[in-house]
Amino acid sequence: MSVLSAPPDATTPVKKPAAPLRVSRPKTGFWGRVRRDRILLLLMVPGVLYFLVFHYGAIAGLTISLTEYKPFLGLAGSKFVGFANFERLFSNPDFWHAFFNTLYISFLQIVFFFPVPLALAMLLHSLTRNTIRRFVQSVVYLPHFISWVVVVALFQQMLGGAGVLNGLLADGGMDPVSIIGNPDLFRPLAVFQVIWKEAGWGTIIFLAALANIDEQQYEAAAMDGATWWRRVWHVTLPALRPVIVLLLILRLGEILSVGFEQFFLQRTAVGPEVAEVVDTFVYFFGIESGDYGFGVAAGLFKGVVGVILIFAANKVAHRLGEQGVYSR
Amino acid sequence: MSANVQHRPTWMGEPKAVTKLAKAIALIVTVLLVLFPFWIVVATSLADPQEVIANGGYVIWPQRPTLDIYKSLIDEGVVTKAMLISTGVTLVGTAISLACTVFLAYALSRPQIVGGSLILKLILFTFLFPAGMIPNYLVVQNTQLTDTYAALVLPFLVSVFNLVVMRGFFMGIPAELLEAARMDGAGEFGVLWRVVLPLSKSVVAVVGLFYGVTYWNRWFEAILYLNDSQMWPLGTVLRSYVNAGAGGDAGSESLAFAPQSMQMAVVVLATLPIVCVYPFIQRYFAKGVLLGAVKG
Repeated sequence: MSVLSAPPDATTPVKKPAAPLRVSRPKTGFWGRVRRDRILLLLMVPGVLYFLVFHYGAIAGLTISLTEYKPFLGLAGSKFVGFANFERLFSNPDFWHAFFNTLYISFLQIVFFFPVPLALAMLLHSLTRNTIRRFVQSVVYLPHFISWVVVVALFQQMLGGAGVLNGLLADGGMDPVSIIGNPDLFRPLAVFQVIWKEAGWGTIIFLAALANIDEQQYEAAAMDGATWWRRVWHVTLPALRPVIVLLLILRLGEILSVGFEQFFLQRTAVGPEVAEVVDTFVYFFGIESGDYGFGVAAGLFKGVVGVILIFAANKVAHRLGEQGVYSR
Repeated sequence: MSANVQHRPTWMGEPKAVTKLAKAIALIVTVLLVLFPFWIVVATSLADPQEVIANGGYVIWPQRPTLDIYKSLIDEGVVTKAMLISTGVTLVGTAISLACTVFLAYALSRPQIVGGSLILKLILFTFLFPAGMIPNYLVVQNTQLTDTYAALVLPFLVSVFNLVVMRGFFMGIPAELLEAARMDGAGEFGVLWRVVLPLSKSVVAVVGLFYGVTYWNRWFEAILYLNDSQMWPLGTVLRSYVNAGAGGDAGSESLAFAPQSMQMAVVVLATLPIVCVYPFIQRYFAKGVLLGAVKG
């Protein structure tokens, strides 16, 4: 992704991670190198310990999906049940409901959310006055940093039964509309919430790619009499293609993750019929009902599907001549 | 400020008036869509509760702006305490996370460090394949962190994304600079402290903001790990207000029947620190700090 590796400020760009840094006497052998790098290795200790305990410790904990886990018995004391949890999972209609609901919401997000940051980035990029552009950028990035609790509260206040929209409709003598807490509208609303919160932040990567397009290409296209549409089609979109492919691959790997908090917060109001996703399923059927092995089986299934999808999508991207997430 | 006006390239020509108008409308609508909800929340929190009820649950412009609601929130104590807890967790958590991330990113940015590429691969794997909620929950239980504030910090100590961003930035620093410092007799720590960090203020600020915001916003983990609601941070307390308004289950009874303007005041308090800090760090986003990193 050459377009993405902008050099840091205050330094000159370097093409490659540079040559060996040490001039001290060359150390050979593993222990010699450990001795040479001892300070750096010490610096790594807290971070590496963290990943060992909280990530690899948790990955080791995935084995409880093969047991009838009881917290007071621990892993060693819990009964080994083989793949029984997975059999229960795959024959559980609530799980498949959560699974397909997640896929459906992901589909809605890819269709309706994905183009918004791209369009917004093109709008921002076309602004010639930097002050306006910077102001709008600051404003649209902001919601990314706001927690879902606050976002749900804002939507409640704007679109809820006692919210601004219904207040204004009532002032105009019109009937109120039920948006918040209405199961029929929940999924479109959830996508709109994501657009509100993340579309601005999503422009960053597109803006960087747009800034890297050679001006001369536009100039040449304009000389040849290309209209705005043709310039977008023949210059802008081809230049953005690697970024679009990269983001789509990453999104595909996350197809079973549409975010936990957003759905957890609104599930009570609209019901699991429309708001249950795989992540909330894991919480309610795993933690809240104390059926840990079963919940971990569901979470593990989601993780494995994600890894498979990301590798598969990357393969397809390579076939199509794109760079994808990693090269080779 | 001539630098603020970027001149239009000649090939572009002067756009039609219709185009200009359409763009201006699109921009104004976008900005209003983001800012208007915040304005409503602030206005409602400043209004007299009676006025909010009379107007049907919100106000666009308070008749008699007052800070009474904020005063009564402070007197009540639940929100004040939660703010103190959130502030403490955010400051301590951000400091520790930044330190660990800088150390790890610096070591992993040195070429040829022994074991470096293996450790990096193992860390990136956890990004690709996170263990999930229940295994994390069990690790927190097994490490005896349940019902301690450390449960809100240690399980989230280093974010892989932030680590990769910082490592990418460090790798862009010219090796000659580090080499010169070593020639002058600086040790690894001296190089990091006196050469690398002064050149990396922007990436440290951005990553610090990311950590700070996630610590400040974290609320769900408090429900999972802290049984005593007296220990809850602001986000978790706010959630009980919001849920009370949305007809959901309220976490804390005394807050369940809080007036609308009080709910909105808590929303303001939960958002204000982010809105105050963000503009100072936002200017670094454009500098390519984030972008060298997208490829792991």
